[in-house]
Amino acid sequence: MKVLIPSALQSYTRRSKVEASGATLGEVLADLDRRHPGLRFRVVDEQERLRPHMRVFVDGRAVHDLDHALDPAQDLAIVMALSGG
Amino acid sequence: MPRTTATRAPARPLLLSVATRKGAWLFHGDAKRKAWSVDGPHFLGHTISQVRLDPRDGRTLLAAAKTGHLGPTIFRSTNFGRTWKEAVRPPAFAQPAPGGLPPRAVDHTFWLTPGHDSEPGTWYAGTSPQGLFRSDDGGATWSPFASVNDDPQFREWMGTVQDGTPDGPKLHSIIVDPRDARHLYFGMSGGGVHESTDGGAHWRTLVEGMQVVGGFDPSTVTFHDPHVVRLCPSNPDRLYQQNHCGIYRLDRPGTTWQRIGLKMPRRVGDIGFPLVLHPRDDGVAWVFPMDGTDVWPRTSPQGRPAAYVTRNGGRTWQRLDTGFPAEQAWWTVKRQAMTGDTLDPVGLYLGTTSGELWTSRDEGAKWSCLARHLPEIYAVDVAERR
Repeated sequence: MKVLIPSALQSYTRRSKVEASGATLGEVLADLDRRHPGLRFRVVDEQERLRPHMRVFVDGRAVHDLDHALDPAQDLAIVMALSGG
Repeated sequence: MPRTTATRAPARPLLLSVATRKGAWLFHGDAKRKAWSVDGPHFLGHTISQVRLDPRDGRTLLAAAKTGHLGPTIFRSTNFGRTWKEAVRPPAFAQPAPGGLPPRAVDHTFWLTPGHDSEPGTWYAGTSPQGLFRSDDGGATWSPFASVNDDPQFREWMGTVQDGTPDGPKLHSIIVDPRDARHLYFGMSGGGVHESTDGGAHWRTLVEGMQVVGGFDPSTVTFHDPHVVRLCPSNPDRLYQQNHCGIYRLDRPGTTWQRIGLKMPRRVGDIGFPLVLHPRDDGVAWVFPMDGTDVWPRTSPQGRPAAYVTRNGGRTWQRLDTGFPAEQAWWTVKRQAMTGDTLDPVGLYLGTTSGELWTSRDEGAKWSCLARHLPEIYAVDVAERR
C-alpha cells in the first residue's frame, strides 16, 4: 500500500510517498521499519502505543489501533499534529 | 586534600558542545581558548538534551535527541558532526509482565555519561521519566537496568510524571568512579541519590543529611531532589551536590551529606542547578545560584547574574560576576548548562535559557559572551578533541 510520510520522517525514507505491506497497521509499520530502519520507534513507543502528536489516517479516517486491519488498496498517511512553539 | 601536583600534558584544541531546545551547535576552540569558530546548527528543530564528546578518544560525539513529535533517539558521530548515525536500539523501557508495574515509555534521554577508561565504547544514559541505560557498543544499542527501571522500590521513589520537574522527572548525574568501573552513582529528580558497587546489580541510597522541602519527611526518598551530583576528579572519595534544598558535600566512606551552602550570602541563597568541580583541587567548586524564594522564579537573584566559588570545600564562598550584566539580567542556567575544562587555569562555560553562551578563561574571575541569540540552552559540555 502507499504510505504518505511526513517531512520529519523523510530523513529515513528520502521520499514523501513509499510502499509498505501488511495486514494490519502494526504490520505495515514493521515493514516500513525493515525498509527504513529506525522509523518505527520514532512513531510507536516501546509499549506499542502511537506516540503523542502522531496521527495515522487510513483513506482519510483516523486510526489509533495497531491491530487495525488494512487493505492493500487503501492509502495510509502518517501525520504529525503540530503544536507549540 | 591539596591541589594535585601532576603536570598537565600540553593542551589540545577544545570542542564546546551546546545542546538546545532547537538543535545543537559545536564551538571549536584553539588550545589557548582565544579563538572560537562555530559549526551549526546540527539537528535544527530537534530538541537536543545533551551532546558529549568521548574524552577517551576525543573523537566520538553522542547526541540525545527528540522532537515535539518523534520518539527519542541517540545520534553518534566520529567526525565532529560532519555525519551522524542513529542508534539501532535507542534507550527504551522493557515491557512489563502481565499484572506488573505500569508500562512506561522513554520521553527523552536527558543525560549521557561516558563509561570507565577501561571500558571503551561503554556509555550510560539517564532518561525522563527516570531510567538508567547502558551501551557497550559506542551508543548503537542500549540496554535497560532492570535493577532500577523495573524495581518496585525505585518505581515508588520515582513517582509519576505528576511528581517531576517541569520538563519531566529525570535520572541524571550518572557517575563512574575513575578507580573502579563497577562503582556507580546517579541522582533522580525526584528520587534521591543512589550508589552501586557491583556495576548496577544492587543499589544503596545516599540521602542522609540532605534536606527536603519544609513539612515533608526527609526519610522518604521520593521527596529528595538532587539537581546535580559531581565527583571530584582529583579525589574520587569526595562528592558535591547542588540540590533543590541547598549545596552539599559528601566525603566517603561517610554517608552523611553536609550542607555547605549555608555559608553563601543570605540574600543570594544556595539554590541553583549547575555545579562544576576543579579538575585538580577537590576544595574548589563553582555554582550559579538561582532565586528559590516564594514561587521559585529560578532566575539570577535580584536580576544580577553571578557564579560563586568555594576554594576550601565550602567553608567560604566568593562572588564572580565581572563581565556579566550588572542588573536586569534574569538568567536561568540549567543543571547541564555549566561546565569546566581541564586546563590551567580552568576555563568555565555556561549557557542560559535565553540563548547566551558565556566563557571564562581564568576560573570565573572575568566572563565574556561567546554567542547570543541561540535557542534555549539545555546543556554545555567541553572536552579536548584529538
